[in-house]
Amino acid sequence: MNVRDVIIIGSGPAGWTAAVYAARAELKPVLFEGAEPGGQLMTTTEVENYPGFVDGIQGPDLMAAMRGQAKRFNTEIITEMVTKVDLSKRPFVVSTVKAEYVAKTIIISTGASARRLSLESEKQLYGRGVSACATCDGFFFKGKNVIVVGGGDSAMEEANFLTRFAEKVTIVHRKAEFRASKIMQERTFKNPKINVIWNSAIEEILGVDVGKVTGVKLKNVETGEVSEMPIDGVFAAIGHEPNTSLFKGQLDLDEKGYIKTMAGSSKTNVPGVFAAGDVQDARYRQAITAAGTGCMAALDAEKFLSDEEHA
Amino acid sequence: MENVYTDQNFDSEVLKSSVPVFVDFWAPWCGPCRATSPIIEELAGEIDSAKLKIGKVNCDENSGLVQTYNILSIPAFIVFKDGKEDLRFSGSMGKEDFLAKLAPYLG
Repeated sequence: MNVRDVIIIGSGPAGWTAAVYAARAELKPVLFEGAEPGGQLMTTTEVENYPGFVDGIQGPDLMAAMRGQAKRFNTEIITEMVTKVDLSKRPFVVSTVKAEYVAKTIIISTGASARRLSLESEKQLYGRGVSACATCDGFFFKGKNVIVVGGGDSAMEEANFLTRFAEKVTIVHRKAEFRASKIMQERTFKNPKINVIWNSAIEEILGVDVGKVTGVKLKNVETGEVSEMPIDGVFAAIGHEPNTSLFKGQLDLDEKGYIKTMAGSSKTNVPGVFAAGDVQDARYRQAITAAGTGCMAALDAEKFLSDEEHA
Repeated sequence: MENVYTDQNFDSEVLKSSVPVFVDFWAPWCGPCRATSPIIEELAGEIDSAKLKIGKVNCDENSGLVQTYNILSIPAFIVFKDGKEDLRFSGSMGKEDFLAKLAPYLG
């Protein structure tokens, strides 16, 4: 049995940073890239706050560079998705549909994924006018009318980005004010192509019968009034959920589903299992904090292995 | 090797192909497309082109195909068989997921 020193699950900034540190410590890390290789930064445009890039850098370029750096130090990269883990005994077992891998330590950096509206019609029209990625799909809505759902910074960012292509962008928000930062709100209110529908939520996306989005059914959450509005595209920017379904019942999670780590470290409640990045961070959620905790996890894993060896 | 399909060669290379063709609709600005492209390249290297041809369409340069096939979200993947759309799915995923979706064409 080929027992690895460390398996890293996830390929965002936390995962790649952990890989660079673990590889340089000669732990020969194996990294699973998962269903969304590169993570959330792959669907952003300019990253202006990652240190070291005077003029900013495109999210996908930053991730390609991190991947390349991890590869340079001989990280074994596996493009499959992890379907099951067993953390109840050691060595730990990580399974894909094709194979099983075993390891002395595991670093979990599965991140968080964009939350969906959770409507049946949304599922059926995904890729047919419903989009999870404004930077990917905005181009296809040239001269059309689209809705962005949400009230945070990412909703403002997507709405402003989409005005490059769309004729009109309507933000639908279930409250009477945004929680986005002041600068993003100002940018949004100043944009002549954006208008806002307050106190409202999408009840249903219309067009399932014709195979493409034709409109939405909106409900005013204050008055209960329901109306229909023709629209060509729907983009949701309503926050994120940690990708922890693999670990439910095996690791301590907080009430929102994030992995609990010990203060000031990457340790979970299972010795030898470490967590880094957004999967354990509902608070900061930055590329740089993810990278920082990825580094911590690799150093924690290295220390764990050497302590065990000398025990 | 992956093939490159365009507004110009799509008819002869894809629609008139005697074997099914798996087409990856992508664009340079699309991060998930770029993350998926190494997997598509791997598949193109491993899958017998006598069973399934594999190629890509740059949506930025081929607006005709984008309109014809009503592409609204990328990466989008369509298998064409006998000149018709036979299977469509979208979004990035792992290699095994692609193989599972393409299995009916590889038997």
